Amino acid sequence: MLLKGENIGFRYGKGPWVLKERDITVESGEIVGIMGPSGCGKTTLGRILAGYEKPHEGRVILNEAPLPKKGYNPVQLVFQHPEKAVNGRWHMKDTLNEGWEPNDEVLEALGIEKAWLKRWPNELSGGELQRFCVARALGLQTRFLVADEMTTMLDAITQAQIWHVVLDVAKKQDIGIIVVSHEKHLINRLCDRVIDLSPVKVS
Amino acid sequence: MSLAAPLKKEKKKLIKPKQIEVQKIMKPVKDIKKLQATIEVQDLSVSFIQYTKGLQQKDLKVISSLNIDIHPGEILAVVGSSGSGKSLLAHAILGILPSNATVTGKITYKGEPLTSKRQEKLRGKEIALVPQSVNYLDPLMRVGKQVRTAVKDGDPIKAQREVFSRYYLKPEVENLFPFQLSGGMARRVLVSTAVVSGAQLIIADEPTPGLDTASVKEALKCFRELADHGAAVMLISHDIETALKIADRIAVFYAGTTVEVAPVEDFKGKGEGLRHPYSKALWGALPQNDFMPIAGFQPLPSALPPGCLFEPRCSMVTPDCSKAQPEARTLRNGMVRCIHAT
Ligand SMILES: Nc1ncnc2c1ncn2[C@@H]1O[C@H](COP(=O)(O)OP(=O)(O)O)[C@@H](O)[C@H]1O
Ligand SMILES: Nc1ncnc2c1ncn2[C@@H]1O[C@H](COP(=O)(O)OP(=O)(O)O)[C@@H](O)[C@H]1O
Ligand SMILES: [Mg+2]
Ligand SMILES: [Mg+2]
Repeated sequence: MLLKGENIGFRYGKGPWVLKERDITVESGEIVGIMGPSGCGKTTLGRILAGYEKPHEGRVILNEAPLPKKGYNPVQLVFQHPEKAVNGRWHMKDTLNEGWEPNDEVLEALGIEKAWLKRWPNELSGGELQRFCVARALGLQTRFLVADEMTTMLDAITQAQIWHVVLDVAKKQDIGIIVVSHEKHLINRLCDRVIDLSPVKVS
Repeated sequence: MSLAAPLKKEKKKLIKPKQIEVQKIMKPVKDIKKLQATIEVQDLSVSFIQYTKGLQQKDLKVISSLNIDIHPGEILAVVGSSGSGKSLLAHAILGILPSNATVTGKITYKGEPLTSKRQEKLRGKEIALVPQSVNYLDPLMRVGKQVRTAVKDGDPIKAQREVFSRYYLKPEVENLFPFQLSGGMARRVLVSTAVVSGAQLIIADEPTPGLDTASVKEALKCFRELADHGAAVMLISHDIETALKIADRIAVFYAGTTVEVAPVEDFKGKGEGLRHPYSKALWGALPQNDFMPIAGFQPLPSALPPGCLFEPRCSMVTPDCSKAQPEARTLRNGMVRCIHAT
């Protein structure tokens, strides 16, 4: 299965083009890194591929069809700040089970304690919250995962812990992963290939 | 799905890549230890009083018996996972902890106790914070003006423009309000503020996440320069790699205490030079090392183990480990809190 961005063009309002004539293809099971200086459009591209932003030019194609508009999103996005990705008024259990009910095996591998399920988001650290966001994103119907600086705020041990689980699940479910990161060593460790998203010059 | 099992071992790319070279940007001042410490924190504990159901009081100990010191010209990196007490240490030094916090222990600044009166006087002047959250910028003031307000000596406009150009902030940025900046730009503005303030103690709380390589290097270089001009710098980071690039010593935090303080040179190879099992695990988990996690998670302040705080996850654990929190002891030109460390 392929996730394709074809000839993507995007700008915020009347601002400059953030992305222009950008093509990207990721295969199932493949791990692709996206690097580039701050502000070059990595997050924007990730959001477009996951269907959170509509490109002004070009299109996103998943398995020969547009992204589904309803139901479980097969292109899951996990980004840097988990505290902005969870509903502060929901118990962690409800956040976790929003899209699917992760099994105990996944929870245990991610180091999610049963007792945390009864907590509110503000009672957990960033590292603990991010584990929930990852568990939530690894549903059985997930085909691609966009990991936008997913472990940038985390210490090395938590980072390794989360990535091992993600790689393991991705392998079992043949999920393709897009890794957005500034960290060269992490990209080297994880990715099959890397795309450099340095700024495009637009006249 | 066992965490202990090395993942995708058969894959070529998981073979350990070449060790990165750790590049020091400038030579640190020699004989740092002979100077009087700029800041010394001894046996610091911080608790929060929490009211649970039925107005019952509960004491939540978030920092326990923590020690650090920083000398003029030195950069001490404070490394530890999220929730290990790094920001609270910074806030304790600055005297900006919330009012339901209780602090015990001793904080000395240039040989004299750092009372709350002194904290108030020195804050933003001799002691500067580069905060973790960009929300610390005044939302209603143009950022150029904010930076100028902090300038200690000379022409504020000139100083602000120089520092902006050094951090790749275009001239027009000075007229923007904080909400118009990207996260990376806002962080560079915060760093600029500390640079122009002429402070003697600079506490930088996670100043680099989300910055690209060039900006990280530039930000770190400026901290090194500040230290080389005699300032003491505390660089807080959850990322050892950032710390290694410029620090002289590294304090490793875990669950609200310092488990180890080590010279930066000890972070190399397989971590044989390190003292604490947690520091070793942290080092081994880096993607350029073994990328190997350990199971479990840092204990929450409400459920701290009775003895060594790392005991539940430690591979070297013996029954004695759960008896009491190990005393801090000097070991090979560093400090460790572990009864097994050699
Ligand atoms: N919500 C937004 N409104 C206006 N401009 C934005 C918004 N989000 C991002 N931008 C701008 O778009 C550009 C690309 O941003 P982003 O995709 O976040 O880059 P990256 O992730 O590579 O740092 C930047 O110049 C940024 O300032
Ligand atoms: N106002 C507060 N009340 C209760 N607990 C707090 C408060 N502020 C921080 N904590 C707790 O103290 C611990 C250390 O926090 P912090 O210093 O912010 O960690 P770090 O900066 O290392 O990520 C965390 O467990 C956090 O939840
Ligand atoms: Mg981004
Ligand atoms: Mg912090």
